[in-house]
Amino acid sequence: MLTFTLRRLLLAIPTLIFISLVIFLLLELAPGDPMAQVPLTVPPEVKAQMREALGLGQPIHIRFVKWLYQFYVVEPLYLADALFGTSWSEGLPRIISWQWRSSVLDVVAQRIPQTLWVVGLSYVIGAMIAVPIGVISAYRQYSIFDQIGTFISMVGFSVPTFFTGVLLIVIFSVNLGWFPSIYDTTLVVNDWPSFVKQLKQMVMPVFVLALYNAAQISRFMRASMLDNLNQDYVRTARAKGLGERAVVLVHVLRNSMIPVVTVIALGVPTVFSGAIITEQVFKVNGLGQLLITAIQANDLPTVQTLTVIFAILIILFNLIADILYGILDPRIRYD
Amino acid sequence: MTKTAVHSNDATEETATRSQWWDVWDQFKTHRGAMVGLIIFVSILLFVVVGPWVWTIDPTHIDIRARNQGPSLAHPFGTDQLGRDIFARMMAGGQVSMAVGMTAMALSLFLGTLIGVLAGYFKWLDGPLMRLTDLFLALPLLPLLLVIILLFRERLSSVFGPEGGIFILMVFAIGITSWMQAARIVRGDVLALKEREFVLAAHSIGTAPRKMILRHILPNVMSPIMVSATLGIANAIITESALSFLGLGFPPDFPTWGRLLFDGVDFLQQYPERVLFPGIAISLTVLSVNYIGDGLRDALDPRIRGR
Repeated sequence: MLTFTLRRLLLAIPTLIFISLVIFLLLELAPGDPMAQVPLTVPPEVKAQMREALGLGQPIHIRFVKWLYQFYVVEPLYLADALFGTSWSEGLPRIISWQWRSSVLDVVAQRIPQTLWVVGLSYVIGAMIAVPIGVISAYRQYSIFDQIGTFISMVGFSVPTFFTGVLLIVIFSVNLGWFPSIYDTTLVVNDWPSFVKQLKQMVMPVFVLALYNAAQISRFMRASMLDNLNQDYVRTARAKGLGERAVVLVHVLRNSMIPVVTVIALGVPTVFSGAIITEQVFKVNGLGQLLITAIQANDLPTVQTLTVIFAILIILFNLIADILYGILDPRIRYD
Repeated sequence: MTKTAVHSNDATEETATRSQWWDVWDQFKTHRGAMVGLIIFVSILLFVVVGPWVWTIDPTHIDIRARNQGPSLAHPFGTDQLGRDIFARMMAGGQVSMAVGMTAMALSLFLGTLIGVLAGYFKWLDGPLMRLTDLFLALPLLPLLLVIILLFRERLSSVFGPEGGIFILMVFAIGITSWMQAARIVRGDVLALKEREFVLAAHSIGTAPRKMILRHILPNVMSPIMVSATLGIANAIITESALSFLGLGFPPDFPTWGRLLFDGVDFLQQYPERVLFPGIAISLTVLSVNYIGDGLRDALDPRIRGR
């Protein structure tokens, strides 16, 4: 198991570098010129100096290696410095955003809490709703509960999040006036009223994402439960006189959770990119919104850094899913 | 003994004209959700394709004096802030959304089937092609789509015109980022098929690989491909409208359902129905397509069929 984990970790390194290269080349080959907005009256030698200042003077391969060095070596050192008070990173060049002329990762660090609160909470809630629904629909297959659950989960992943979000705003913000339609990130929670306010503004974005996640996870849960309910060991458990509760909740549920746990782990990164739309609808200034504004401002270092961060999340959670699979299911130990 | 043999012979003759697709259709008909989905999908398709022949108002015709009207006989869905007929715009938008959905699905299926069959059939291609698939699965797709659209929009617009350029870009971008699931499923099926006797038989009479794939392998992997096709349409329509919704899709005066929804958000407080119409259209289409996919999956599964 340990060798497997180590091997997968080692394999992740070339994958990451290759993905960084793909994203880097894609941005590089694109026809957009970062100097396009500069007035024509600026003399060419000044323009050349400005290009130099943005780090565009050197050939592609040198810039790519420099970027790799900055992203995978310098920035982690800065993080270590900030955490442990060391000073390994002094004087090393960081990735600078063209939009703010400051470090990209600093901005990312400012935006992460909002995204984590909304996205993380909605994912946890979604999974917690989905598991019981999946269990009951599978146990009472073709019952009314199952039919309704199937329909709701079908609706949940057919209706795009930008429509559910807008629909909720129409109903609860415009008509009923219960919740604010814009997420206020400057709100400081220090007493009860501000806590209530925070809860109120989180209800709608969390609900939209939770519905979407719950819809998908409950389908997997139901299918996996159905697979297990007809197995021989279930009959054995019943035959030896175990209560129905113990059979379903201990024997079947634990075995059905194996594929579902990996599905949940695999879904985490897609939730981050799904949150791009939800953040845009509710004006949450998280990572997704940062990406959109960076794209609109043609801020290539920020776009590149964020895309690579999303890629790292995907690879990381793929790895976690694989390892979890091995831990949960003794039949699949990768040796 | 002879009697039963004759009898079964008769039976095969009787059903000879009946291909397996009739069995599939019979099973499909028993899935109520799928039938309702099929009816809704066909009606939306008719609304979008035949509708403009009946409802002849030009969707881009601006009548500023008739702006922001509510539903009436002249304009069943009302008019927008420039006095354009929303009913006609819904049809025109639906045409584009459906066209993008279908073409992107076709492209992604073509890629997925090609890569899946090649990886499954030729052993030496399996490793590299599957690593490529894993790599694509590890790419953050929505951010990447946004970046592709942003970067290549202007160049393609100057070559193919603003609408044609973004259409090609959209189809290409969605198609190239959504073929991986189909490729994996097809590869798995091809690997299993390759071990079957009829492939061995065909091999032993000297069938060339190209003939083998086209005549023996492809017809047998049709069912997973068809299920992926329905899910692919749903996925492509959602992606297109999400991109339009983020303001990175088709140009403003060129309606698609996602674009109409995006434009409607500005008037959310006064005219919420402008968001509802395109939103409901997208949701209904995707929902019906997903139900059709569900029914198809059941109908194409020989273990369930005939039960």
